[in-house]
Amino acid sequence: MIKQEICKVVSNRQIADNIFELVLSGGISAEMGQPGQFVHVKTGGGFDPLLRRPISIASINEGTFTILFRWQGRGTALLAEKIPGMSVDVLGPLGNGFPVLETKPGETAILVGGGVGVPPMYELAKQLVKNGVKVISVIGFQSAKDIFYEQELGEFGEVYVATVDGSYGQKGFVTAILNDLEADIIYACGPTPMLRAIENGNYAAKTYLSLEERMGCGIGACFACVCHTKADPKGFSYKKVCSDGPVFKAGEVVI
Amino acid sequence: MSALSIELPGLKLKNPVMPASGCFGFGREFSQFYDLSLLGAIMIKATTPEPRFGNPTPRVAETPGGMLNAIGLQNPGLKKVFNEELPWLDQFNVPIIANIAGSTENDYVTVAEQLSKAPNVSALELNISCPNVKTGGIAFGTDPEMAKGLTKKVKEVSEVPVYVKLSPNVTDIVSIAKAVENGGADGLTMINTLLGMRLDLATGQPILANKTGGLSGPSVKPVAIRMIYEVSQQVSIPIIGMGGIQSAEDVVEFFLAGASATAVGTQNFVDPFICPKIIQELPEVLAKLGVDHISELTGRSWKKNERLAYYRP
Repeated sequence: MIKQEICKVVSNRQIADNIFELVLSGGISAEMGQPGQFVHVKTGGGFDPLLRRPISIASINEGTFTILFRWQGRGTALLAEKIPGMSVDVLGPLGNGFPVLETKPGETAILVGGGVGVPPMYELAKQLVKNGVKVISVIGFQSAKDIFYEQELGEFGEVYVATVDGSYGQKGFVTAILNDLEADIIYACGPTPMLRAIENGNYAAKTYLSLEERMGCGIGACFACVCHTKADPKGFSYKKVCSDGPVFKAGEVVI
Repeated sequence: MSALSIELPGLKLKNPVMPASGCFGFGREFSQFYDLSLLGAIMIKATTPEPRFGNPTPRVAETPGGMLNAIGLQNPGLKKVFNEELPWLDQFNVPIIANIAGSTENDYVTVAEQLSKAPNVSALELNISCPNVKTGGIAFGTDPEMAKGLTKKVKEVSEVPVYVKLSPNVTDIVSIAKAVENGGADGLTMINTLLGMRLDLATGQPILANKTGGLSGPSVKPVAIRMIYEVSQQVSIPIIGMGGIQSAEDVVEFFLAGASATAVGTQNFVDPFICPKIIQELPEVLAKLGVDHISELTGRSWKKNERLAYYRP
């Protein structure tokens, strides 16, 4: 069930260039289950910034949950300043996450994360491994200074890293690594060009993509984050990224 | 609750707080948070004769104390609203105000004729102020003669009272208000969004795919208050006020300016519980003001000189 709660900051630390890992406590964590869902976060107390910020859930624990964000504007700057004991107004969990049970025990799943698309892969990897699935993580960043969660994802299986400038791991994009891997299923979250390349690459029989779009309400009421469906690309049928997604099966919506 | 009940043309409201059109869909999303019967009324999303997909994304951008939107009147079309959305809303004990829009006079007349026949539609809201569509919309709301003509046409076919939603994007809002009153409007709703734009420093281009969008949120509230203050002194039809309402105190301010009821828009996106919260807080705020019934406040800013001496914030 979706709840609104004033959560308490447990910890807030910088883990890469402009990337922060924020651990929050609250009963709302008991509502969270599916990896790939997000929370809608009010970054300040007043009415500026006005809107909430959609941030994916990186991990779910007993009484706490973790979100990662990139410091890039006024809202995230306020979040970066939060210290333990402070409050954060959270609405969630929102949206439909990755279907964990689509992968059977013994099968192999590749988890692809690009930049701030990496965080939801942590909880997904955790749940897949628990179900007896073999997990391979492929994560991409701009540069070595941007890398995070390489070790954390390493708890669950092999991790391959790509950097655009070649300062760490494979030079280029995650797709360069995907060419050499085989899996039953791919789960991906990251920038739209990356998702498009994965969809077009047909790297596995089944592919699920988590989309990103500017949102207003996060609950499906404002129609800000609407996309066309592949079946009716110019017509009136649509999906809302916030409440129908953010995870869609490859081929379901126009990205 | 009787201190909050209001009667307006076509509307018996248990309280003067309702979600504004376009900020509440058709209620389905918010029904998972609270019982919609708590609301004074619901202004449903604008309906056009045919389905509309709306504008490309990005459709929203944040602004200081507000937001820009250019959704583009996305809606499932008259047939689906009449056959699916309105019957679904019938489970709640709440009057519905149906917002109607279109590109041509005929569009408005078609939608008005049909939606006013729905058993749970108590009033229409004529949307002549949407800034985000290429044809129709705001064009009807910025020319007094066109606004009057359209109001007349819609009044001829509507079986329920007609409220006209005014655009703030005009030099003289009083002349538009008077024109639609002369056209037979039963009430006014104001204000719609203010036309605005934001640019992205990285690209040098507008953030919104539609380039311009409608500004809403607390930053537009002073504009709404000023316009309602001006219009309410010049017309004799009631005004449902909206524009940046976030609290029971804001509702009071709209009443003082001249509103007879209020609608909450953008804040529904920030706090899905905002409408019931305001409804719950209103009696206490009225008590602080020493007011027995909220309608005593309507137009008090220009009707009376005495202070509301009891208020202790």
